Amino acid sequence: MASEGYTPRELMVSAAAREIEDGDVAFVGMRLPLIAFQVAVSTHAPNAMSVFESGVVRDDPADGFLHTMCDLPNLNRAVSTTHMGDVMGRLARGDVDVGFLGGAEIDRYGNLNTTRVRAGDREVRLPGSGGACDIACMAGRTVILMAHEPRRFVERVEYVTSPGHGEGGDWREREGLPGGGPAALVTTKATFGFEDGELHLRSRHPGVEAGEVAADFPWELRTSEDVCDEPVATTGTPTDEELDLVREFDPDGFWTG
Amino acid sequence: MPRDKTTGMAEAVSRMDAGSSVAAGLALEHAVPFAAGHELVRQGIDDLTLVGPISDVLFDQLVGAGLVSRIRAAWIGNVSAGSGYNFRRAVEGGALEVENHSNLSVSLALRAASMGVPYLPTRSLLGSDIAAEPQFEVAEDPFEGQRVVQVPAIAPDWAVVHVQRAAPTGDAHLWGNAGITYEAVRAADHVLVTAEEVVDESVIKSDPSRTRITREQVDAVVEVPFGAHPSPVAGHYDRDNEFFLEYAEATRDGFDEWADEWIHGVDGREEYRGLIDRDLSVTEPTVAAEVRYGQ
Repeated sequence: MASEGYTPRELMVSAAAREIEDGDVAFVGMRLPLIAFQVAVSTHAPNAMSVFESGVVRDDPADGFLHTMCDLPNLNRAVSTTHMGDVMGRLARGDVDVGFLGGAEIDRYGNLNTTRVRAGDREVRLPGSGGACDIACMAGRTVILMAHEPRRFVERVEYVTSPGHGEGGDWREREGLPGGGPAALVTTKATFGFEDGELHLRSRHPGVEAGEVAADFPWELRTSEDVCDEPVATTGTPTDEELDLVREFDPDGFWTG
Repeated sequence: MPRDKTTGMAEAVSRMDAGSSVAAGLALEHAVPFAAGHELVRQGIDDLTLVGPISDVLFDQLVGAGLVSRIRAAWIGNVSAGSGYNFRRAVEGGALEVENHSNLSVSLALRAASMGVPYLPTRSLLGSDIAAEPQFEVAEDPFEGQRVVQVPAIAPDWAVVHVQRAAPTGDAHLWGNAGITYEAVRAADHVLVTAEEVVDESVIKSDPSRTRITREQVDAVVEVPFGAHPSPVAGHYDRDNEFFLEYAEATRDGFDEWADEWIHGVDGREEYRGLIDRDLSVTEPTVAAEVRYGQ
């Protein structure tokens, strides 16, 4: 049975897919979110729509593997292949419900850095924002996907490429940011929510020990018990249907292996 | 303005001066004008300022060849592999100035130039360190008092655009993802169109809704089949992902050996094409339903 074995990234895709609600317009971007959208629209969210900054607007999974949003299977039988001004305009107007983001570093308020990081006394230059800052500023809510590595969790990011909840509280409102900011973080070990702008542990993936997650954070990580009196749950495992779909959309495990 | 602007790649690219600003890679990962970029490397036209959203290793190659002084872009790397190593080395070594943008801010900067206005406002970038960079100004809008980021216009000297088909006049069809192509073409002082096919003007006029570039903006038209490889061109060939992965490996510690093989070692695009043995052809063409214009 498919669900007897799955990779951490396959679990991330299934968790991310569940963050897309039926009827959502999703700004999908690259890599795992692209597959998560395809899973969501094939299962619980048949009326979701995907938009990509290149201009593609799509309502169903592509009929071939995608390395990037611009691969031909993503254009084939799309609803529309428009341009960035159009798609970003929808985002700026508030018409995009959920956007997905990744990052090299994240801090306790969900601010993301993909521009430059420190490695010892050296500064390492990363590729930059692309559309991530725009999504972070203007999507109704954002879901962040990251590999769970302690060096990625920092008290304050070196450079705010994509603003999260800034300094917490009503920071986004004060800054004048139109979108709602980070709603969830999905890593290879756990899922997290945001309360008053601050990250908290929501669920541990199966097999991840209590205490194992908190040890990876340089600050005292809050949990759902602290913020809403709910015990930390165990992340739902991917269903057979979800796993079959992930493997159909990523047959060689290029993104999810 | 001459009606026939077709010319060879070497001649067209030689019209660009050292010190120019060049916008390219405007349709994101789609139809990146690699053939034109390789000709820039061959001719060694340097001190360039590159403008674009993301460039998917074209900018990395121009940086590796030592041609670039400044980049104004949202993302510079290799979409399949992550980092662009030439870019990384150049920035970390202090040899390259970067003006950080988001995709939307590049788009707005070109849009502003295309409209002849000095800047356009956005509520994106607020609260980011991008907005804090010197090229932007955070301001209050005079009507409702909202905070906005003012994005100054960028008018490149050249925009280089790869399309499926163009007439000798410069009127061109392009379909699939357009990214920020339209803004850049209208913002630039000069436009080089490279095309999979040069076609008769009557082909363009048979479907005017697909015409995205018109002649008065175009300086040169170059026919160059396979001109965007390893990026995809809708209707012609798919992305050569392996090539991007191999490029990352080959340029992790240097660029010259790669450039000797793929740029200096080939006499133009036809010879380059002969080095690719992967099948990237479109196996099941999807053909649009007939469009009727009538009269």
